[in-house]
Amino acid sequence: MAIEVRIPTILRTYTGGAKVVEGAGDTLNDLLTDLDSRHGGLRARLVTDAGALHRFVNVYVNDEDVRFLGALDAKLNDGDSVTILPAVAGGAFGFAAAAAIASHSAAAIASRASTARVAAR
Amino acid sequence: MARYDSLLDACGGTPLVGLPRLSPAVPEGAPPVRLWAKLEDRNPTGSIKDRAALFMVRRAESDGRLRPGDTILEPTSGNTGISLAMVAKLRGYRLVCVMPENVSTERVQLLRMYGAEIIFSPAAGGSNQAVATAKQIAAEHPDWVMLYQYGNEANARAHFETTGPELLEDLPTITHFVAGLGTTGTLMGTGRYLREKVDGIQIVAAEPRYGELVYGLRNIDEGYVPELYDATVLTRRFSVGTRDAVLRTRQLVEVEGIFAGFSTGAILHAALAVAHEAVRDGRRADVAFVVCDGGWKYLSTGAYGGTLSDAEEALEGQLWA
Repeated sequence: MAIEVRIPTILRTYTGGAKVVEGAGDTLNDLLTDLDSRHGGLRARLVTDAGALHRFVNVYVNDEDVRFLGALDAKLNDGDSVTILPAVAGGAFGFAAAAAIASHSAAAIASRASTARVAAR
Repeated sequence: MARYDSLLDACGGTPLVGLPRLSPAVPEGAPPVRLWAKLEDRNPTGSIKDRAALFMVRRAESDGRLRPGDTILEPTSGNTGISLAMVAKLRGYRLVCVMPENVSTERVQLLRMYGAEIIFSPAAGGSNQAVATAKQIAAEHPDWVMLYQYGNEANARAHFETTGPELLEDLPTITHFVAGLGTTGTLMGTGRYLREKVDGIQIVAAEPRYGELVYGLRNIDEGYVPELYDATVLTRRFSVGTRDAVLRTRQLVEVEGIFAGFSTGAILHAALAVAHEAVRDGRRADVAFVVCDGGWKYLSTGAYGGTLSDAEEALEGQLWA
């Protein structure tokens, strides 16, 4: 038995379009290294140069977030199911839109504030 | 207390009810493992979001950001919009909601009934289109006030000051708190309060895992994590798929008579997971979880009847939590 890994649409360019691939490893780190040997480039999309999970990637082992199980050191067993997903903590549309407006408003306020400071000089 | 000066004053103070039939059986002599449901559908507009909406509006009023007659802009796909619409109506504001086309018709009808105006962003354009639409509207109306629930501290504060203390008062023996992870406000606020008061409390997040259509639009380099989110408040985080959420939602009404929305099913799934672990480990557990809203708004999905596969298909591509 191996470990089943579910790949999100956006990363299937590395798996020849496969939704599910199999891999092996005692930890998530080992598994990603194993996967990268057959699906070159995949690991670099998930792990930063500093060796941490990318901030906007969520990885789940049997539906549980690995960040609470030791992150890249999370232990794996044969038969486990690993799911990789882009981070969208709920309300995907609302959050995307809200974040965009918030940054827009913040930029507008910042620009008004800096204009005011310049004027005050 | 059962008498209030106005509907706004009736926010919170929801019942906590035991689930004697869904709580796992324990071997004879083993410590009890019990599930408790916090019925947030008993809030004025029928969801937990009333708490956050009320706190965010009050905070904006006391900060001077909101003045009578102002317009509130809220990009929302659901309950927060409905809560804000009610609060805005009673406090004298106009509410404009930006939402994707593919939300349930009940939500749209409710929003309009409470007097909100709705601007739809095309579902086909995905999140990029929603972002573009919202940005454009904000640019055209710089005077509109956005409460931004994902980064608004008053959202988490509502739960720190109300949900958390209510739970502790009703269930001093609480060992686990399980809630949904959206804006993260419920978990951050309640979680921080309970961590201060209860040694060893487990704060467990249940996050909806949608169909591929939703994630298909996502680029990993442009991910989103709400500003309110602080991972150190949580002890565990579960991802719950549509099928499990539907299964548990049906089980909750069939076995315990609680008719809830699908996000509650996802939360119950995580609550049952930690409850069964406690049974295996022979530990006592009082697991309190949130019933976010009732099922009424989701009936049109058809996902309460038929086979699980049919239901899963019906919800594919929908933001069900």
